[in-house]
Amino acid sequence: MEVTRKKKIVKTIRIDVDKCNGCRACEVICSSFHAIPKYSSNNPERSRIRVIHYPLRDLYVPVYAGEYVAAECAGRGMYTIDGKEYDECAFCRASCPSRDLFKEPDSGLPLKCDMCESDPSLTEPMCVQWCLADALIYEEREEEVEEGETLEEIEIGLEAMAHKFGWQKLLDTAARMSKKD
Amino acid sequence: MRYAETGFNLEVDLTRGNIERVATDPELTELYLGGLGTNAKILWDRVPPEVEPFSPENLLIFGTGLLVGTPVIGCNRTVVSTISPQTGLMAFSMMGGFFAPELKYAGYDTLIIRGQSPDLVYLWIHDDKVEIRDASHLKGKGSLEAAEMIRTELDDPKAQIASIGMAGENRVWFASIEQGRSSASRGGIGAVMGDKGLKAIAVRGTNDVHVARPPELIEMCNEVMRYIKHRNENPIPGVMPILAGLGSPQEMAIHDEKWHTENFAWGNSRTRRKGFWTEEVEDNWTETMRGMRTRLVSCHNCPMKCGATISVPGLPTYMMKCFSKLTYTMAAMSDLEFGLRIAQSATEYGVDAFSAPQVMAFALELYEAGILTDDDFPGMPSDNEERFFWLLDRIVRREGIGDLLANGTHWAAEQIGNGAQEYAHNNIKKHEQLPLKLGMLNPIYFLMYATGEKINITQIEGNYPQAPFATREEREEFCKDWVQVPDEKFKEYFLNWELRGEYSIPHYPGIEATCEIVNWQEQMHYIDDATGMCAGLSSFPLKPPYHIHNLPTFISNATGMELDEEGLTQIAKRIRNLVRAFNIRRGMSKEDEKPPADHWKRRFPELEEELLTEYYRFKGWNEQGIPTSESLHELALDYVADDFLERGILQDEG
Ligand code: SF4
Ligand code: SF4
Repeated sequence: MEVTRKKKIVKTIRIDVDKCNGCRACEVICSSFHAIPKYSSNNPERSRIRVIHYPLRDLYVPVYAGEYVAAECAGRGMYTIDGKEYDECAFCRASCPSRDLFKEPDSGLPLKCDMCESDPSLTEPMCVQWCLADALIYEEREEEVEEGETLEEIEIGLEAMAHKFGWQKLLDTAARMSKKD
Repeated sequence: MRYAETGFNLEVDLTRGNIERVATDPELTELYLGGLGTNAKILWDRVPPEVEPFSPENLLIFGTGLLVGTPVIGCNRTVVSTISPQTGLMAFSMMGGFFAPELKYAGYDTLIIRGQSPDLVYLWIHDDKVEIRDASHLKGKGSLEAAEMIRTELDDPKAQIASIGMAGENRVWFASIEQGRSSASRGGIGAVMGDKGLKAIAVRGTNDVHVARPPELIEMCNEVMRYIKHRNENPIPGVMPILAGLGSPQEMAIHDEKWHTENFAWGNSRTRRKGFWTEEVEDNWTETMRGMRTRLVSCHNCPMKCGATISVPGLPTYMMKCFSKLTYTMAAMSDLEFGLRIAQSATEYGVDAFSAPQVMAFALELYEAGILTDDDFPGMPSDNEERFFWLLDRIVRREGIGDLLANGTHWAAEQIGNGAQEYAHNNIKKHEQLPLKLGMLNPIYFLMYATGEKINITQIEGNYPQAPFATREEREEFCKDWVQVPDEKFKEYFLNWELRGEYSIPHYPGIEATCEIVNWQEQMHYIDDATGMCAGLSSFPLKPPYHIHNLPTFISNATGMELDEEGLTQIAKRIRNLVRAFNIRRGMSKEDEKPPADHWKRRFPELEEELLTEYYRFKGWNEQGIPTSESLHELALDYVADDFLERGILQDEG
């Protein structure tokens, strides 16, 4: 992959877990925004942000979907928070083979936060707009970054499927199915 | 395609272990919307008046409101309907939290439970996969404790769970259904769940909920978000803090309890304690709350944070909201630390936080009066606070005197006799009420107390100010942005409403105006209960984001149904009359429509009679409070009129 260095606006969402009240508005609006057509349905299971919550342990952690990873991590650790233990996977941002999080419920394809990329672009991502608790704070900063090619959503999906079924099978199926249309 | 709703109900017969997914009729949605409307229709059709609350034929219905599961902000109510063991009438207790949206995502609008399981079971609904599972190991477990065990054994921390505690299992007539963050407490619906042998319902849904006009709907939601933000930054001046903002009363957030502690009654709803709220008490209670409240928490898709996580040192964590903060404290004449401590047990046992404290205070009053004696309380501790813990324990186990008390103050008093009835003084329709005793009769509140069929004042009051503002300038100021009124005349009523003199209670607002004000407030609650909207953003606070002018469009944009103000008003009326008809068929009569005798010191029997008669007329009911054939016909409720005629409830002439 060709790597260049250039200035770029880096968009991030800072998360203040102390302010999260567990309302799931972020999940609702994220899945709604990404529905096709836009806003036509919602389903937290498709959301690119999920609120990991253990109410009786007073733990609320909004996590937004990071990269797709083809293999699950080696060695899995434990977090201890307020004296309680949690599996490291609980708070991980990756869409990985070992759990359901950040996957389309029907296709199993990986989901990734795209900062609500749209045209015209939004002033702030939808989840940030709908989080009145200020647990999600949108930040832009200019940074010099290494830029490789960023994968389109469809490419991420294809890669995941290729990983699951192998490229040949995928190509055969695509060829067969496209003939039907 | 169905929008906002899934188009399917889930029918579970616990006697046979039968589970069915049943398609629903879209025409019924147009007539009854969902939530309470749908529940009432199902109860009317399938539960004839002979059916006892504790019988396999009684249904326990978990309805989601029509807009639940859509992005419409704050629409998350689960409306639980069944026959109340305590009142014998329809109970329709509601809870916020996360249960109903999850049920929608699982693919169901309504969950209907019938029959009775011989062994304790729980239900596991995971999208299309529905199982009845053994719950014998959960017997006697606390409601939250059981929910955690279920999540662990299902290995699904995202499952939403509604469960009962020991009170429900033992059929305490004021047992609640708990859902962690929220509970459906009123009317003893937890006892019906226990009677069915159902310990809990766990649900997890991963399907889409569709809406008909996406961009229009989202723009309206965005506007609500902006309005909530604005209102949070600009509380209404001139009213006490808990009425100034949106949401359920912000009992978890505020520390100033002068109003509740000095105006509401302590003990068995008896004593007003003027001057109670000293600086010392304030410091002490603020300290208690700060020390135990770890976080303010919201319901599904709502930014209001009306609940809180409470950790009392040495006890398991639980969650609380609203006035349950003070009911135990005030019943026991104790302090907040005690209140939060006993509420932990009460939540795990699963009891209603209005009824339970009152029942216990009532028992101790009877003991002091000598109507109950030491023989009735063998082994009761001498310390006041410990007595409450002891009594709670007897009640939820139905042991000794607890067995009587478990039926609530009305029925316990009937059984105890010997003058005990005088002590069961704070009931309406046999159901314990908010502990409030006031001076001068208020005509608006008179009608709301008398005729409210949720039998709970907070579920009928709301959009019209509780009391007049002192000066005309303040009132004018209030009216400036009061867009929620259905008609300009309500502003007029309010502008002229004075604290004293000719234009004050009990004779102002006049009878006609009073009827209109009560009707408006009630109507908004019935709409909310059908859409699943939280009253805290709609029918309960002053100047809410949702009102009669925008709700029809919300419903249209979400469902695709054509609906205007008139249409929505008509639907609310239909639901209201169906609920009433169901109760009348079960024997409710004008005799039952009374506030507690001592609610006000100054009563006006003639005026009250006139108010009631006029209100009945206004509602299209006859002088006995029964909907007439004519008004039933107008509401497309001819099947109700036919049934009434057949049973002789109505005669041919209406
Ligand atoms: S919208 Fe904000 S407060 Fe609500 S769950 Fe998401 S992060 Fe938490
Ligand atoms: S930024 Fe947009 S895509 Fe990312 S989690 Fe928030 S709503 Fe979803």
